[in-house]
Amino acid sequence: MNKNKEQLLNKRYKAEQRFRLYGQSAIFMALLFLTIFIFKIFSTGYSAFQKTWLIVPVTFDAELMMLEQNPSKEDIQDADYYDIALKSMADLDPNANEDQENELKRMVSYFFEKEIKNELLNDPSLIGKTKEVYLTASDDLDQVFKGNYPRDLPEDQRRVSDYQLKIFDQLVANGKVESKFNISFFTNADSREAELAGIASSFMGSIFSILVCLMIAFPVAVLAAIYLEEFAPKNRFTDFIEVNINNLAAVPSIVFGLLGLGVLLAIFQLPRSTPLVGGITLSLMTLPTIIIAARASLKAVPPSIREAALAMGASRMQTTMHHTVPLSMPGTLSGTIIGLAQALGETAPLILIGMVAFVNTIPGSPMDPAASLPVQIYIWAESAERGFVEKVSACIMVLLGFLITMNLFAQIIRHKFEKKWS
Amino acid sequence: MKKNGVKMIKIKAKDVDVFYGKKQALFNISLDIEENQVTALIGPSGCGKSTFLRCLNRMNDVIDICSVKGEILINDFNINDKGCDVVRLREKIGMVFQKPNPFPKTLYENVSYGPTIHGIAQSKQEMDEIVETSLKKAALWEEVKDRLHEPGTGLSGGQQQRLCIARAISVRPEVILMDEPCSALDPIATAQIEELIDELKKEHTIIIVTHSMAQAARVSQNTGFFHLGQLIEHGSTDKIFKNPDNKKTQDYITGRFG
Repeated sequence: MNKNKEQLLNKRYKAEQRFRLYGQSAIFMALLFLTIFIFKIFSTGYSAFQKTWLIVPVTFDAELMMLEQNPSKEDIQDADYYDIALKSMADLDPNANEDQENELKRMVSYFFEKEIKNELLNDPSLIGKTKEVYLTASDDLDQVFKGNYPRDLPEDQRRVSDYQLKIFDQLVANGKVESKFNISFFTNADSREAELAGIASSFMGSIFSILVCLMIAFPVAVLAAIYLEEFAPKNRFTDFIEVNINNLAAVPSIVFGLLGLGVLLAIFQLPRSTPLVGGITLSLMTLPTIIIAARASLKAVPPSIREAALAMGASRMQTTMHHTVPLSMPGTLSGTIIGLAQALGETAPLILIGMVAFVNTIPGSPMDPAASLPVQIYIWAESAERGFVEKVSACIMVLLGFLITMNLFAQIIRHKFEKKWS
Repeated sequence: MKKNGVKMIKIKAKDVDVFYGKKQALFNISLDIEENQVTALIGPSGCGKSTFLRCLNRMNDVIDICSVKGEILINDFNINDKGCDVVRLREKIGMVFQKPNPFPKTLYENVSYGPTIHGIAQSKQEMDEIVETSLKKAALWEEVKDRLHEPGTGLSGGQQQRLCIARAISVRPEVILMDEPCSALDPIATAQIEELIDELKKEHTIIIVTHSMAQAARVSQNTGFFHLGQLIEHGSTDKIFKNPDNKKTQDYITGRFG
């Protein structure tokens, strides 16, 4: 009898140990995947925050620019920079033939004219002088400099020719290639050229979408939750509504995209590809999440608080507004932020309402066309150029940073404002 | 309290039936409550004494499936009438619950809440006075006067319950209902509350539900004994405890059941 008991006890301890082991290995696996994921994103993405510049001497030849003596600001603005830009690049190799000159030109971004022009606009006294100007390297050379480009491929399979590489290596050897923090990644809108593409449009688009989503979803959801939880009679009809709110939370997001397309765009004729439509669509998606969170936190307010207020002669409305709702706010707010974070990472519905369009302007209001961060990731991931690979990861990093900040905020709200009742 | 030798009746319950859905919880309760006296309601768990108490300020309204029939006259006005305003009613009839339930706000806000929503105080000064007198009457002032703006939930259990009493009397109710106010408290805190009840009856009519027969004997002048939803017997506490008419009452107070 005693021996049996001993065995049973041993068995129970062993079972517990095994269970602990399963749990620990599950957590270990999860952490491992997370680490691999984050390592991969960071190792491919960090280089996008650096940008390669070629330092090229430019001679601001007034004649080539078609400038008169003592030009005004407008003249400088309107001058022709193509020839001096071309000439500066061609001068990198005095012996270059016409084809090679063309290749030299393609070593920098097509934006190089503008960069030279800005230089002169900043300092008009440069006319007639020569100055070394920073020009954005083409995305391929950018990748070469970052070591991401397979130089050992046969020449006909590369977008960078041997000649370009030779000149580039000379420039590197002379210290005329520099890597600097890539500000334009944050200030530029999307571009077909990887070296110029930035996240400003999609970042602003995401922010506008989230704001629209918040402004619609939060009040509607909170009012619905308060009504359902505190005022509505409990009957078949309200049960039916409750079930359907839960169902709504489980509807695939692309369905909301179809709704946005069919109703907002087709019937209400709202402007396509705008954060306004995106935000409204996302708010439909966020609504059930917030309602559920708000109802849960209203339910979590102890009934004794309601009774106390009612017994003091507070009306139902006063009880709700003075006591229950303020006490439920931390939970509601953190639920809201989590719902918004979900909406922020949503791609499918936005693609359907046209936020996948190529937008190379930065939106100034929710009525302007824009992309959003997850859609930007999708667009770039589809692009063939090597330069977009690191941009995808960098954009994911920005999105993750955004999400982590929001979740952190939700945590802080929950901890700071949560009331402890006895 | 007797006026010219006649008992003053504050609350008159006539044939009160209470149903939870289809289940009847109270049967035909008729009970008179004397003004400025402490009336104790005793009886085993589930006998309906708390349900009856909650009828008196219509707190049963909160429970969807609960329905109350019969007349409850307070100052000769039937509170179960359609025309009765619950907010006004609850201003006149305060309640203290089993578990201390201060609002998770400051002590000051706890006590000033009632006067604020009923518009009793005209100025900040007046409010300060109300808070002070209420806390003094609840015998809590000396302990908390330096921390009025700290959360009420930071007090000990006994202090919290006295805070709830202060909150209840802040609107100067005519009647105070107490639903086992000492069941969550230690003996010292219980003694303090009992002392307080004795003091409060000068200005308020008090009805207290209690599980402790000793408590009923100590604090009350009248006692009603409930059993299985019926009011078995009621009368002066002396009589109920020393010489009850009913056998069941006798059995219960001598500890033979319950």
